[in-house]
Amino acid sequence: MGWFFRALNSSIGKKFVMAVTGICLLLFLIIHLINNLTLYGGPEIFDTVVKNLESIKPLVRVIELVLVLIFVLHIFNGVRLWIENKKARPVGYKVNGSSENSDLFSRTMFVTGSIIFIFLVVHLRTFWVSFNLGHPLAAEHKYYQIVAEAFSDPLYSILYVAAMILLGFHLNHGFQSAFQTFGWNNKKYFPIIEKLGLIYTLVMVIGFASIPIYFLFFYGGNL
Amino acid sequence: MSGNMNLTLKIWRQANANAVGGFVTFNVKNISPDSSFLEMLDILNEELEAKGEDPVAFEHDCREGICGACSLVINGRPHGPLARITTCQLHMRHFKDGDTIWIEPWRAKAFPIIKDLIVDRTSFEKIIQAGGFISVDTGGVPDANAILISKDAIEKATDAAACIGCGACVAACKNASAMLFVSAKVSQFAVLPQGQPERYQRVQAMVKKMDEMGFGSCTNTYACEAECPKGISVRNIAQLNRDYFNAKLKSENVEA
Amino acid sequence: MIKLDSKIPKGPIEDKWTSHKFNMKLVNPANKRKYDIIVVGTGLAGASAAASLSELGYNVTVLTYHDSPRRAHSIAAQGGINAAKNYPNDGDSIRRLFYDTLKGGDYRAREGNVYRLAEVSNSIIDQCVAQGVPFAREYGGHLDNRSFGGALVSRTFYSRSITGQQLLLGAYSALSRQVGLGKIKMFTRREMLGLTVIDGQARGVVARNLVTGEIESYAAHAVCLATGGYSRVFFLSTNAMNCNTTAIWRAHRKGALFANPCFTQIHPTCLPLHGEQQSKLTLMSESLRNDGRVWVPLKPGDKRKPGDIPEAERDYILERKYPTYGNLAPRDISSRAAKEACDAGKGAGDTGQAVYLDFADAIKRLGKKVIAERYGNLFEMYELITAENPWEVPMRIYPAPHYTMGGLWVDYNLMSNVPGLYVLGEANYSDHGANRLGASALMQGLADGYFVIPYTIGDYLAGTKFQTVKTDHPEFQKEKDAVAEMTKKLLSIKGKRTTDDIHRQLGRIMWNKVGMARNEQGLKEAIQEIRDLREEFWKNVNVPGSAEDLNQALERAGRVADFLELGELMAVDALDRKESCGGHFREEFQYEDGEAKRDDENYTYVAAWEFAESGNWNLHKEHLEFEYLKPTVRSYK
Repeated sequence: MGWFFRALNSSIGKKFVMAVTGICLLLFLIIHLINNLTLYGGPEIFDTVVKNLESIKPLVRVIELVLVLIFVLHIFNGVRLWIENKKARPVGYKVNGSSENSDLFSRTMFVTGSIIFIFLVVHLRTFWVSFNLGHPLAAEHKYYQIVAEAFSDPLYSILYVAAMILLGFHLNHGFQSAFQTFGWNNKKYFPIIEKLGLIYTLVMVIGFASIPIYFLFFYGGNL
Repeated sequence: MSGNMNLTLKIWRQANANAVGGFVTFNVKNISPDSSFLEMLDILNEELEAKGEDPVAFEHDCREGICGACSLVINGRPHGPLARITTCQLHMRHFKDGDTIWIEPWRAKAFPIIKDLIVDRTSFEKIIQAGGFISVDTGGVPDANAILISKDAIEKATDAAACIGCGACVAACKNASAMLFVSAKVSQFAVLPQGQPERYQRVQAMVKKMDEMGFGSCTNTYACEAECPKGISVRNIAQLNRDYFNAKLKSENVEA
Repeated sequence: MIKLDSKIPKGPIEDKWTSHKFNMKLVNPANKRKYDIIVVGTGLAGASAAASLSELGYNVTVLTYHDSPRRAHSIAAQGGINAAKNYPNDGDSIRRLFYDTLKGGDYRAREGNVYRLAEVSNSIIDQCVAQGVPFAREYGGHLDNRSFGGALVSRTFYSRSITGQQLLLGAYSALSRQVGLGKIKMFTRREMLGLTVIDGQARGVVARNLVTGEIESYAAHAVCLATGGYSRVFFLSTNAMNCNTTAIWRAHRKGALFANPCFTQIHPTCLPLHGEQQSKLTLMSESLRNDGRVWVPLKPGDKRKPGDIPEAERDYILERKYPTYGNLAPRDISSRAAKEACDAGKGAGDTGQAVYLDFADAIKRLGKKVIAERYGNLFEMYELITAENPWEVPMRIYPAPHYTMGGLWVDYNLMSNVPGLYVLGEANYSDHGANRLGASALMQGLADGYFVIPYTIGDYLAGTKFQTVKTDHPEFQKEKDAVAEMTKKLLSIKGKRTTDDIHRQLGRIMWNKVGMARNEQGLKEAIQEIRDLREEFWKNVNVPGSAEDLNQALERAGRVADFLELGELMAVDALDRKESCGGHFREEFQYEDGEAKRDDENYTYVAAWEFAESGNWNLHKEHLEFEYLKPTVRSYK
């Protein structure tokens, strides 16, 4: 198995890990979004969906564990790459011309990633911990209300929306970047992948960000 | 017939690999817009020499954009502001009278500075020596027309083979990654029938050496392609990645 | 007394090389690693030789002043490489390539050498394809050919306009493979500054480490110089900025004869001068002449824009003078025709120092797409440099010094008169006579390196007794001292003129008086002027910096010092050769229509010059025998 770890530790191997975990997370986000969108169906539907998940708890736990592993790998490799890449250019340029030769999304993956990580921690604290670890409303299966309460805080909602936009930056580059890393860059198909990436990103950002906006502006009165 | 441009140059000067470097300001006068960037530096150096001062060391040779010797990051851009040319092909007509121009060396751990604007690109040599070839001894080869190659394949191979090994890709990359350079050689041989027997061995050996030399990894910003004087495509990097995975999956060599 | 023996093997010309290969001694495979060979220079000839010798098992050391072998100026060759494959079925053969090359060289090359060159040309293509060199292909997957000047058949293999680059990268990859295997010791950033001769044999070189300034010694059983040509003596040329004569000149000073130094080639399709600040001239591939038509205004002093000059008032100089070859007339002839037109006041553009190269007809006939496929990147390059659009305005071109047929004298085995000193590629004088045909330089460099030297050097090594020589031998110290002495002197003059300033002046003398057209008076003046300039250089040059680190000013000064001696020898040789042939055109010797008048009776020889002291040479003559092709007037009409 030595060859396997050596391969994953090579510069291309690390990118490969980033890409595979990244794709997994892209897929996870789709499921997450579908779940979230049930909020628009009202408290009953959402609460039922979450309750149903409760009934297959062991399976959910396993999936969560896998997810954690994927996140850790993605983050660990990302940080490692960032440190190593910094070391590859110990002295920087006086004049930085990078805006002329590359796009902002691609250059800021570490920054957007780091902020998303902070968001993730807050996000888990707000929802995952509440849902799973004894929030009084969770015990009554009133998950919808937990969400509604959280988003009634304008500051939290604004930060949430901002984080989603940064996530968009990250996804926009990450999507096509993963395909490039897998070597699926072809004159014919790559432009399609880039467009798909953009559509995916827009759907994700609008989908996720619409929820706090909905709760803040349109649902606020019904709490 | 001299020209009418006067410029301020901020040039990185460093006596040797271990010395502390810094920017030095020079003024050059009466530069013709038809002169090349390097001819402008020649004029500066001739003035310095006439005064008995050390001329600015910079690398250059063919001055027609093919040897890959010239480098220079000009106002933050490897090979200057124009796409798809080398510094020696950059003409002063692309600057304005009175401009201030910052001139820096390639910056990368794998390209240590030797003096002023000259860097050591031996790391590229090592990568080629590790596998950037088809193992064939002189003599004993088939007739040239015995190997048929489609026009498409030869176009792809030639596109990749046009790399001049200047290192602008490394200089432009925010990670100082050499992926474009390595991928160009890997792709050239990957699309040719002659390159098949060693295809997987080659890619593993070259990537291994590339990693050893201290280059960063690719994060797909594509700055390399944008700054490459020969327009080498990042699709070559995709090819490199693909070949690398295939090599790891298919080849039975567990030592690589 | 030096006796020049060409060592051309006996027998019919078709069998000479084959029988020679059989008759040469072989080195036992197990013994090959006991022989050390130094190769200086890593262009086509040097890289291919080093790789091939190492593959055979010899212990090879390679020196180059570049940071990488791939920077050698072979890389800049654009057009292609000739071979007698006859793939297009248009009547080519080894014999025809031999004939074209010998005739192209105006019968001033050895028949035996030229025949061998044509003979091995096919193997070169095979070898390069096997290395992965991407030659252009037809749709069926077969190799494509194009035509070049001086030939009526299509025999030039090419890779877009980067053939030289691709061939060099092929040789470079072979060389790198051997370095990677640990079989070649590669020393980059080393400039050879002295040859070490022990007991009459070349046994090593002395080189300066261009980074540390240290003078280093390298010992071997044989030394191969593949250090290119000396066109930079003209200051402005198509050669790279670092090209120089130093390696062969220092060998010349140690006894190697310099042959036909006055045979220099002025290339017709270069970009015209833009002004005083110009540092070098840019060549565009001669292949442009396949479809471009060369013309000047019929009336002297016609300053109208080219588009405003009607067809009837244009003079298509090459088509008019040489109807058979037309725009594909050989380089020397085309260059001279351009100069004549400009001298007559018919020059194109503001400077009047250019002729038009017009693609309008070709674009009309073949369409923009075809022309773009063939010359797209050349058109781009032209526009980049001149800021003129060649799709709309005809290109302006002018001749520029490009290639030097002269070089160190070598025999059939590529060995100079100093035993153990081999000279390959442009650095030797061997195959092109008085003029080289397009796409033949690449052929010769690779022929020497891949297919000649691997055979001939073994014969020498197997048949020679060697005493053990290491770098601590006193001769090395002597050579190092001489180099250090010269360096010290250059740095201590602290005069008023820069190296480039003096080099530029030398270039002007050479271009005006030892250039495309020469005459007795001009040559005599040139000799005196060069001597004076040399004296001034050694009194009044200013070389800043120290000897102990990277010092590009010092590198340049050393090279110009050698050019200042070589320039004189070129004039001396041109003065001696009272005939016109190939690139050497003496105004006194021409037919009434201005064509070169060769003097076969008196000048069918190689002029090999022995260095006596600076400014003093002894002439040795190697008479050329023509058994198979009787020299005729070289007509391209």
